[in-house]
Amino acid sequence: MLLDFEKPIVELEEKLAQMKKTLDLSNPTNQKIIQSFEQNILELKKETYQNLTRWQKVQLSRHADRPYTLDYIQAICTDFIELHGDRCFADDKAMVGGLGTVEGQTFMFIGQQKGRSTKQRQLRNFGMANPEGYRKALRLMKLAEKFNKPIVTLIDTPGAFPGIEAEERGQAEAIARNIQEMFRIKVPIISIIIGEGASGGALGIAVGDRVLMLENTWYSVISPESCSSILWRSWDYKEQAAEALKLTAQDMLGYKLIDGIIPEPLGGAHTNPQEMYLIFKKYLLETYQELAKIPTKKLLSQRINKFCSMGVFIE
Amino acid sequence: MEDFEELGMAWFRRQEKGIITPTEQKKETPDGLWHKCDSCKHIMLMREHKQNAYTCLNCGYHARIGSAEYFELLFDDQQFTELDPNISSANPLNFEDTKPYLKRIQQAQETSKLKDALRSAYGTLQGIPITIACMDFAFIGGSMGSVVGEKIARAVDYSIKHKTPFLCISRSGGARMMEAGFSLMQMAKTAAKLALLADAKLPYISLLTDPTTGGVSASYGMLGDLNIAEPNALIGFAGPRVIRETIGKDLPKGFQTAEYLLEHGFLDFIVHRKELKKTLARVLKMLL
Ligand SMILES: [Zn+2]
Repeated sequence: MLLDFEKPIVELEEKLAQMKKTLDLSNPTNQKIIQSFEQNILELKKETYQNLTRWQKVQLSRHADRPYTLDYIQAICTDFIELHGDRCFADDKAMVGGLGTVEGQTFMFIGQQKGRSTKQRQLRNFGMANPEGYRKALRLMKLAEKFNKPIVTLIDTPGAFPGIEAEERGQAEAIARNIQEMFRIKVPIISIIIGEGASGGALGIAVGDRVLMLENTWYSVISPESCSSILWRSWDYKEQAAEALKLTAQDMLGYKLIDGIIPEPLGGAHTNPQEMYLIFKKYLLETYQELAKIPTKKLLSQRINKFCSMGVFIE
Repeated sequence: MEDFEELGMAWFRRQEKGIITPTEQKKETPDGLWHKCDSCKHIMLMREHKQNAYTCLNCGYHARIGSAEYFELLFDDQQFTELDPNISSANPLNFEDTKPYLKRIQQAQETSKLKDALRSAYGTLQGIPITIACMDFAFIGGSMGSVVGEKIARAVDYSIKHKTPFLCISRSGGARMMEAGFSLMQMAKTAAKLALLADAKLPYISLLTDPTTGGVSASYGMLGDLNIAEPNALIGFAGPRVIRETIGKDLPKGFQTAEYLLEHGFLDFIVHRKELKKTLARVLKMLL
């Protein structure tokens, strides 16, 4: 899948590949041609990705080739055991979790999971968890707390699922409970938005001591499309809505609503997943080292104070 | 934040017209003003309607009243002290859709005579000292932004400091879009404060009224030691239209009503507004 602004770059890259095949690369002149062509592509990439609109970042955050939660877990863990079920109703495939080891440190990983094929997308319900997903997440957080393991939550959801059964089983209660209980969990919590962070469905696992966003992700109270449909009474104003919502990682950091940004490879996480995993792992471990030094009581009061200081008003 | 057209209040259109009272049909008569029930269209004297706790004499419909009416119904001798009455919205995002956000705020303030979508106050309820926060749907659909979050946070602080129980009356379409990320974080902020209230072992009663959805139900709305509701109130996470569009099916009758939530285990009980004060007093006397 190619986004509009990716096309010119990919076309040039294909041309470069073609040139490398056809040109005699032992010839210094050809080497120079190739080099200068590569330089042009790099310039175009920089030009493109340093000037993305907010809507383009939303598109990147949803890129079909983007790494998903389990991709990160599998790439950075030397061992991972997935744990299932909320012990009440079901195992929600849109919310995954389990114990994983990174550089000898055990973490509890929890995150929304999207699917890639049509079948997988359905199985994962497009990353939209039901109440049992949030309850499973909370169960795993309490398990981590019991055995003093830090928690990493990976957020990638277009929202909590809006369905009859979800309401029947208390979607609102499940999310509210998670948000509140996360303030009491006595181990470090690192929350990372790796794709989409839509509203309460995202926040339901994102009450972290450190909340980080990948460079090309969004996090807000509503998706640009839904915002457009409510405020403009039309689906056609998603670009304007994205601008108005100020939903990018850079916006959110500017407002101090998150704690940091994890850079992505030039062109986005999907263009070089291996590099992305290395960066991700580095940031994760560094953030954990920082949090591990903070005494538990202080950690919890800092967590509460951070979120309680959010809000702008006139008095 | 849900679609208010659908939630029945249509505040967008009404705001344009400058109409904001829950009862559009008012007429001067020698006996005073008439009230027409929004549900069954029964006509009664406003005085009768008020005496009946703003519920319909014919069908029992609970009118969508605001903080002024609840404070009058609940505080002893209608005496209370309002907390933080002057906090109002800023425009942190410079938000503009079809209209600049501050203009919307200004218009909502003019038509509703309110500062924002929630008021908080302390006083006594049948002699029990209590702190009450109450949402006003007339103000941009009762939407929760920084002001609502901050006022709840401070009302909870007041409860903790003065060791009073806390009652929050919700009536809201959810988080306020025009404060985007800030609105979202009010869910965390209010939940955190309520955790501190719980640590102080002070009762928190959440009264859910028609309608309560989105970021409000998914934070402080559902976190009561007791979650209670008014009869027939629409309560849910997603709004009915969103669900209908997602699943492409009609919704079952009675879906997302207070009675439905009670049946599914998410409410402690449903209370008629006429019995509200008495019931709260009974519960609090047993808890305290
Ligand atoms: Zn009636």
